[in-house]
Amino acid sequence: MSNTLQPVVELQGLEVKFGGRPILKGLNASLTGRCIGLLGPNGAGKTTLLHTLLGFHPPSAGKARIFGKDIQTEAREIRGLMGYMPENDAFIAGMSGIRFVRLMGELSGLPPEQSLERSHEALFYVGLGEARYRKVDSYSLGMKQMAKLAQALVHGPRLIFLDEPTNGLDPAARERMLKLVRDIRDEGKVNIILSSHLLRDVEECCEEVLVLKDGRVATYCNLEAEREANRKFLQLEVRGGDEAAFAAAVEALGCEMAVDGKQRFKLVLPEGVEIRELYRVAAERQVQIRRLDSKRDSLQDIFLKAMETEVAGHGRV
Amino acid sequence: MAVYDRNFGIYQGERTPTWSRFLIIPRYAYQEVFQSRLFVAFLGFCFLVPFAGLLVIYLHHNLAALSFINLPLDRLQEALPINAKFFRWGLEFQGFLCYVLALLVGPALISPDLRNNGLPLYLSRPFSRAEYVLGKTAVLAILMSAITWIPGLLLFFFQSYLDGASWMGNNLSIAFAIFFGSWIWIAVLSLLSLAVSAWVKWKPVARISLLILYYVPWGFAKVMNATQDTWWGFLVALWPTMTTVWTRLFGLPLEPGDYNGNPMPLAAAWLALVACCLISLALLSRRIRAYEVVR
Repeated sequence: MSNTLQPVVELQGLEVKFGGRPILKGLNASLTGRCIGLLGPNGAGKTTLLHTLLGFHPPSAGKARIFGKDIQTEAREIRGLMGYMPENDAFIAGMSGIRFVRLMGELSGLPPEQSLERSHEALFYVGLGEARYRKVDSYSLGMKQMAKLAQALVHGPRLIFLDEPTNGLDPAARERMLKLVRDIRDEGKVNIILSSHLLRDVEECCEEVLVLKDGRVATYCNLEAEREANRKFLQLEVRGGDEAAFAAAVEALGCEMAVDGKQRFKLVLPEGVEIRELYRVAAERQVQIRRLDSKRDSLQDIFLKAMETEVAGHGRV
Repeated sequence: MAVYDRNFGIYQGERTPTWSRFLIIPRYAYQEVFQSRLFVAFLGFCFLVPFAGLLVIYLHHNLAALSFINLPLDRLQEALPINAKFFRWGLEFQGFLCYVLALLVGPALISPDLRNNGLPLYLSRPFSRAEYVLGKTAVLAILMSAITWIPGLLLFFFQSYLDGASWMGNNLSIAFAIFFGSWIWIAVLSLLSLAVSAWVKWKPVARISLLILYYVPWGFAKVMNATQDTWWGFLVALWPTMTTVWTRLFGLPLEPGDYNGNPMPLAAAWLALVACCLISLALLSRRIRAYEVVR
């Protein structure tokens, strides 16, 4: 797991402009997770960030490093370590699946025999083993997505960029794709950056998430840590008794509390205070706790929060 | 790892040298090109003239063979002398076949990659735009070399072998003209074909575009030169420009009859060819990108 300690991607004031118009605006972040989600609404700069990391666009300011290598001065070495699955249809017409993946392997530096062997493996791995001698043109959309994944894997990269991997897939194909991504992640040999505007895809696969908004980092967080932090966030619904006295008593326990409508409260339990204390306080004031939800922040909450409160240029909020 | 293991592993074996990776593109392209019987037949035809040249050179040095076909040596020497003109004519003929070859192979080189968004796949690897263009150029350049300067130089060395070192010493400029002249034409045709293939996605239209680029300016040049009594028209016509350079490279005089009495200055011909290459490169540079530029 030493890989997770070293930053996979470091962004230091990264800026990219197209024709003088800023697209990425001073991004700062240090991405360390095994599988990192790249989220954001359309036009937030997700694909531009991936393209910049691949060396397709030169940064107008700032720096970016992948595994400690500068994307501008060591672009070739970096590309040798990466696999890229583009968002749109991407293949070479007239080629069978096996030739297509083999060509991509050879272009990444694999000797022809090795490339052929690994192409067979990659196509079997993504479930195209039986269709590998068919022309890629004749594949269904789901099969083309899998072929794109196979070409991203064939040379055994250390980091894979998946740009909207479930685009246009039916539910079954989408589930297969996500399972593959999780399998690759769980093998622990490779880091993944998954760009998507579908929160569920990211939630199902990623440990960390970088949310972009309008070319800026809106938030970067570890999903599990974020959930842990919100473990003691409670929603209460009460009936009867002295609600005001109950609220005061709860605050006296050290809870942060907010009234969330009539007879409803939101509160955060401090360290050392257990839920049974709430029941005790309620019983003393003859208040009935009708409902108690222990709410965990979903990715949707994190995303929506990030969209509301944008923190310019900083990785962590 | 066997396919039935179905897992994923990092590759840590040896890698091919970076400098040779552009040659992967021609290797894959030839596997497709040589599937066409028409192309294989055409390529066979391309070797007929070099083979005929070989026979002529052989006959020049074999009196027994000449007497066998009842042909006096002086008549053969008068009709087909082995000199700069002989080699220039061979190069011109093979040069035209190069153009036909570019018509057959060129339009299919880049357009399939662009049509299906294949470029990001090439360029996201340790493989640059320059290597991509070099690889695609090599597809045509290797085939064209096989029918121009390689047989040309083989004939030159065969003649040198039969005639002796003094002939070779006196005619080294012919070898230089064959080699250098072939490469100029190869560069012009390859880059032009690639530029057309990069901008015209449909193969038949790309072929028609190449035909238009070759013949229409030539016709325009002839009309313009005839009506204006000038040579300026040839600046846009590839073939007269190239033959001007070839003629001078072989040390032969330009024949005014071939140019309506107005032969093109050598410097202008060079300028036109260089401009053609630069424009083609500029067109390629605008098109060969890892991403689509939306305006």
